[in-house]
Amino acid sequence: MSSAAALERRDVDNEHVGRRVERREDDAYLRASATYTDDIRHDGTVQLAFVRSSHAHATVDEIDVGPALAIDGVVAAYTWADIADSPSPGVLPIRTGSLERNVPGHPVLAIDRVRYHGQPVAAVVATGPYIAADAVDAVSVTYTPKTPVLDPVTAPDEDAPNVHDGVPDNVIARTGRGDPTATDRAFDCADHVTSITLENNRLIPNALEPRVAQARYDTVRDRFTVELASQSVHGHRRKLAETLGVPSRKLRVIAPSVGGGFGHKGHHHPGEAMAAWAARDLGRPVKWTATRRENYLEGAHGRDHHTEAAIALAADGRIRGLRVDTIANVGAYGLGGSAAMSGWYGSLLSSEYAIPAIHCATRGVFTNTCPIHSYRGAGRPEAIYVTERLVDAAAHELGFDPVTIRRHNLIPSDAFPYETAIGTTYDSGNYEPALDRALDGIEYDRLREAGRNRADGRLRGVGVACYTESTGGGHESAVVRLEPDGHVDVAVGTHSHGQGHETTYAQLVADVMERPLANVSVNEGDTTATPTGTGTFGSRSAVVGGNAVVSCAETVLDDARSLAADILGVDAVTLSYREGHFAADDESISLADLAARSYAWNAPDGVEPGFRTATSYAPDGTAYTFGTHAVEVAIEPDTGALDIVRYVAVDDCGRRINPTLVEGQVHGGVAQGLGQARSERTVYDESGRLATDRMLAYALPRSIDVPRIETEHTVTPAPGNELGVKGIGEAGTIAAPPALVNAVVDALADRGVRHVDMPVTDECIHQTIQSSD
Amino acid sequence: MAEHEVELTVDGEAASVAVEPRTLLVHAIRDQLGVTAPKIGCETGKCGACTVTLDGTLVKSCMLLAVQAEGGTVRTAAGMADGDELHPIQQAFRATHGLQCGYCTPGMLLAAERLLADQPNPSRAEIRSALKGNICRCTGYQHIVDAIERAAADAGGAP
Repeated sequence: MSSAAALERRDVDNEHVGRRVERREDDAYLRASATYTDDIRHDGTVQLAFVRSSHAHATVDEIDVGPALAIDGVVAAYTWADIADSPSPGVLPIRTGSLERNVPGHPVLAIDRVRYHGQPVAAVVATGPYIAADAVDAVSVTYTPKTPVLDPVTAPDEDAPNVHDGVPDNVIARTGRGDPTATDRAFDCADHVTSITLENNRLIPNALEPRVAQARYDTVRDRFTVELASQSVHGHRRKLAETLGVPSRKLRVIAPSVGGGFGHKGHHHPGEAMAAWAARDLGRPVKWTATRRENYLEGAHGRDHHTEAAIALAADGRIRGLRVDTIANVGAYGLGGSAAMSGWYGSLLSSEYAIPAIHCATRGVFTNTCPIHSYRGAGRPEAIYVTERLVDAAAHELGFDPVTIRRHNLIPSDAFPYETAIGTTYDSGNYEPALDRALDGIEYDRLREAGRNRADGRLRGVGVACYTESTGGGHESAVVRLEPDGHVDVAVGTHSHGQGHETTYAQLVADVMERPLANVSVNEGDTTATPTGTGTFGSRSAVVGGNAVVSCAETVLDDARSLAADILGVDAVTLSYREGHFAADDESISLADLAARSYAWNAPDGVEPGFRTATSYAPDGTAYTFGTHAVEVAIEPDTGALDIVRYVAVDDCGRRINPTLVEGQVHGGVAQGLGQARSERTVYDESGRLATDRMLAYALPRSIDVPRIETEHTVTPAPGNELGVKGIGEAGTIAAPPALVNAVVDALADRGVRHVDMPVTDECIHQTIQSSD
Repeated sequence: MAEHEVELTVDGEAASVAVEPRTLLVHAIRDQLGVTAPKIGCETGKCGACTVTLDGTLVKSCMLLAVQAEGGTVRTAAGMADGDELHPIQQAFRATHGLQCGYCTPGMLLAAERLLADQPNPSRAEIRSALKGNICRCTGYQHIVDAIERAAADAGGAP
């Protein structure tokens, strides 16, 4: 593609794009007739269930599956020995490129040793889920416990036990980003240095639908069909193929309706592989359904960063440098790219500020806990949290208003594209209007004037967080064609699990082709029916998938135009096109007629049936979403009870395809961000057992916990893609935690409180007030 | 394990299922009767995805044994629409984008229906309170609250 500046922005007609179009997928969900993986029934299906480690760290001395096999209805029981005897590697693939050691991946069943509470040790298969549960209980496993490594901060210490034998310091990845020398110099010359120690709390992702898979094996064709809850059928096919040791072409992967993803369903878990492996072994359909507890024990967790950071400033409040040292807990195994994730987390540390020198050192460390993987934001919330907390802390120390110091350091709107000191190039930004709108929205000046003491005796706090977010990476594949009746058929490699692609992609294509929405179908989630693509994660579908389908639709229309010109005997450029009809003078031909002719036996040479067009689209660089969130809180000083009085979110995701859906993404993201900030705490007890192993013990935000979220926006189109769109799926999880914590610290500032770690529960606030008095 | 024959009506259809004493109502409805409207999210009565009404009472069907529903009348979200015509609450959810992934939706719809039957003109705080047993991970609840407020207004409950 040509340079970003040279890109001509596509002027898509606004019949549908930019409008609050109701979702087309909703009818099935509202009737409860949409099919999720667990709703599918195949005759003869047997249920697979796991025996899981009751220890955080132990050797597995003996597994006796005999008593399980003796139960009526139990079909099979497997241990690692069975996997080892098969042609399958049975180890989940790990991306080792950026890692300093070639570390072992996660085996689908434990190999002689368990490394976290809940790790699968054996699998049983029975005629139904209740008998499978009985069989799990009947398997006896003898362990010799080992000392677990639970604290990531001390995990690299010399006297810490080792999670893996080949990794003596438990460090899987050691990354340095930015310029250490320039950063040292910035700190040496600084008038003021503010330091902070903070934790980005471990989260359990909690899509409402647990992970689930149904696998069938066709013995005649030697082919697997796996239905599962996935954000990326093509990614899952590739990973499943590796775990099973078969070529990808032997696998068809289907993700039907999926009940939320949030990153958690973008990667590969043992259950899917075991279901497929057992389906081949048994020659019958195998279903695996995780319970919520299993999802907590062995569904990858998120975040868990432990950071020492410092910011260097001049006396006038200008930021001179930023130094960050982070320990990122990886858990017991590297999963996919999870370990590498700790390396690129630093890329957003400049947030919205012009910081001349940054250095970020990160160590990814193994512990005897559930593996960590990407969860909504995946490295971005961790980075922005560090900077936005530091900026607030520095403002308090220097006696600046936190907004003044932010405004003073914003990257100016004429500086884009802007390369940060950590080496990231922001494509675009216009930060001040978004900041101003957020401040106007929350009535910042009025609140500051009113002070911290409310008339009702409560303490008032105001928190502001600016952010920027990298969105829309990688390539995406799309195919657009006309059916013989002129209906437009779109197939994309992304997947919708709540985002509403069936509507937004159709809005785009309907406008390009000037067809009613009803004449456009969108297909996703089946490796056989869609081109090999990348999937939905990292706020990428609108950016990459959206441009891919538009590019295809334009080519389809161009090809139809050529055929129309041939038939009408005119030059293609003289043809007008309007709402499904090409016309020249008094002659016209419909798109449906052209489609039918393209399929005919005597179709002209070079005419592709249906004008079928495939593309693999990659934007010219990353699209950077940005914005400012502001929150007002009121704290009851005697009890610590916190109310979120108001929450204002101003986000800029460039051109908005469907504003209602954009707002829905912001609401959901903010709710999850507030969940991290206020209530979600993952606890391993002293022996390494997960104490918060069910929803009753892990406080997800409820309807009464989430405030009304007031949304506003600015529009700064992305220069690197023709539609000018940026992703919006993760903004809320990035901005909400620092905004909320900044507000709490602001409320308690007069009591000398400088920082509180998340989750900032009422109890935590109460204790903080008590210890500050 | 000994099985019990349980007679019940689900969304207007009389049915009979043979269940073990330990079989949860949600499994009997989903796996044996094939009515997959109630979803399973937590098995602990916390998330509300499996919400149905049993003899008019809002219940979490993962917290009841199937044998406890003997002779009962179960209503699921699949029974709300009148043929092609969506129930007014369903229409309001669609109009306000009150759902994203759809997994919590069957439970939310029934909780909303129960609330509006008891309180035709609820405040937003009352709506939020009525939904506190139903977890949604996608919407942040705001558009769901909007939907219920709108359904109340459409039904003439609002001022």
